[in-house]
Amino acid sequence: MDEIFDIFLLEALVNGILFGGVLALLSLGLNLIFGVVDVVWICYAELVMFGMYTMYWLAGVYDVHILLAAVAAIGLVSIMGFLVHLLIISPILGSPPINQLLATGGLLFFLQSVATLMFSIEFRNLGLRLPILEFNEMYFSYARLLAFGVALIGMAAVYFFLTRTYIGAAIRAISQDREVMVLMGVDAKKVYWVTALVGGGLGGLAACLLVLQYDVHPFVGISFGPITFIICVLGGLGNMIGGFVAAFILSIIISVGGLYSEMEWGYVLAFVFFIVMMFIRPQGLLGKK
Amino acid sequence: MKQLPYIIGVLLIAVPFVAPQYPLHLIIMILIWSLVYTAWSLMGRFGLVSLGHGAFMSIGAYVTALLWNYGGISPWIGIPAAMITAAIMAFLVAYPCFQFKIVGHYFALVTLALSEVVKLVIIACRDTTGGSLGFTPERHGEGTSIAAIQFADKETFYFVVLIAWGIGLLIWRAVDRSMLRFALDSISEDEDASAAAGVHVTASKLKITMLSAVLTALGGALYCQYQMFIGPEVIGGIGISLQIVFAVVVGGLYTMMGPTIGAIITLLMTEVFRNLITSLRTEGIDLAGLDTTVYGLMLILFIIFLPKGVLGEAIDRLAGGKKRDVG
Repeated sequence: MDEIFDIFLLEALVNGILFGGVLALLSLGLNLIFGVVDVVWICYAELVMFGMYTMYWLAGVYDVHILLAAVAAIGLVSIMGFLVHLLIISPILGSPPINQLLATGGLLFFLQSVATLMFSIEFRNLGLRLPILEFNEMYFSYARLLAFGVALIGMAAVYFFLTRTYIGAAIRAISQDREVMVLMGVDAKKVYWVTALVGGGLGGLAACLLVLQYDVHPFVGISFGPITFIICVLGGLGNMIGGFVAAFILSIIISVGGLYSEMEWGYVLAFVFFIVMMFIRPQGLLGKK
Repeated sequence: MKQLPYIIGVLLIAVPFVAPQYPLHLIIMILIWSLVYTAWSLMGRFGLVSLGHGAFMSIGAYVTALLWNYGGISPWIGIPAAMITAAIMAFLVAYPCFQFKIVGHYFALVTLALSEVVKLVIIACRDTTGGSLGFTPERHGEGTSIAAIQFADKETFYFVVLIAWGIGLLIWRAVDRSMLRFALDSISEDEDASAAAGVHVTASKLKITMLSAVLTALGGALYCQYQMFIGPEVIGGIGISLQIVFAVVVGGLYTMMGPTIGAIITLLMTEVFRNLITSLRTEGIDLAGLDTTVYGLMLILFIIFLPKGVLGEAIDRLAGGKKRDVG
């Protein structure tokens, strides 16, 4: 009896880590935007939802090759991210940050209902059955493993982009000091644009991976949106490595917590952990103060 | 202009005697939501943007209904109990927040987590609370029961919510004229400077937060007593929390009647669109989602172009373009 229990626990742990990969990728895009533009996109998960729909329609219905569909989804979400910044954020960049948060909240409702109008509230599935891996009597979904791998590659790519390219260096500089870098001749506008494009693109990549595991419907964003913000705050808003660590901590809590009773308790535990951590380390897990 | 409040008062009392059932239902809903929106604006106007008010509303409704169904405890005791629970909840989350200076969007996100926690706990305890399917307080039997706060007719309920709404406005006004208001105004300008000037920062913020939570819980309880149905997403979660913030932003954050105006605009709009969609559906055109599409678009435009809300802007215009001190 004892042994079986341990195997379940181990399986939950590993699944938690695999789930954390996608969460880390999601929060990476949001974190990038937050760190640079200092805005929380409450509608981020809804942008991701449109990426999932792109995948569904192109790959699932019109039989486009899955990689091509993925490129289209990444491109679409990336452009949507750019438009969010251009049309909604930049006119109110000077107003209190909370207004920007609320404006993107309005966009959340807008995107949800546009999706309802266009695609109805049906749950749609890509219909791509990936095999389940069996290892030592433990079961792991291949989709999760793939998502985890791609998420890691995506994060490594962002890391190299930020550290090895000129625009990446400008992005990091602006996130450290918004005022001084403009005086140093960094074109803040251009940096914001690139950030919104890259942040959106990361959301698109996350969408491609999420659609392999979950059904897509207009309200799918609500189910993983809050956890994404919480990861970002827990890791220290704008702190990408912190977000990375936080994603895995929370996903393990969710996975292991859900093992002992219903899945919701896993999430409840994760949110409570977040609130408690906020009081112990308000600047985030790895934040400096 | 001086007699205006009295005229409105008389009109409000006359409403149930002249209004047909459907408009009366709408007015009751507007009053209940106005109470909640006013409660939110109590703290929202001082820059304390909470995305957790769905949690307080759920607590108000679920504590009252659960006590009634499982303990047979009258809402007369259940509602105060729910309000106290909301106050305790607000204290537990807000005290450390204020103590550790969690402000701005950090505060918004912590409170957002709170509203998710409450929603998920309700869903997870599905054996007791009915989970996502919702929960119905037991009928007292046929007809009206004062002990159960269940009324057979809408007219009586109208007066109950009218009084609750009036109390909400009076509280708003009392806060507006109190020293607490000046303390909170200065805190929202500069926390450290006001602390140096002798303002109890944490205590002032806590007072307003708990007051706001208690009134929101009352709104939730009244919603439950009137609709006789509650669900975790119907009165809680991130959707409702955002809806509360938006209605206030649309109406006007810094005026007493702003939240009420916001409730009127948003609820009437939702209702018009719902009827439009239903009538279109009979003709075979499915436009489900049109209402919130326009709603969302409107909110974005409001925040960009009219951040003071309809009423706030109107007052500014009437004041001859003079800059009003809105705190």
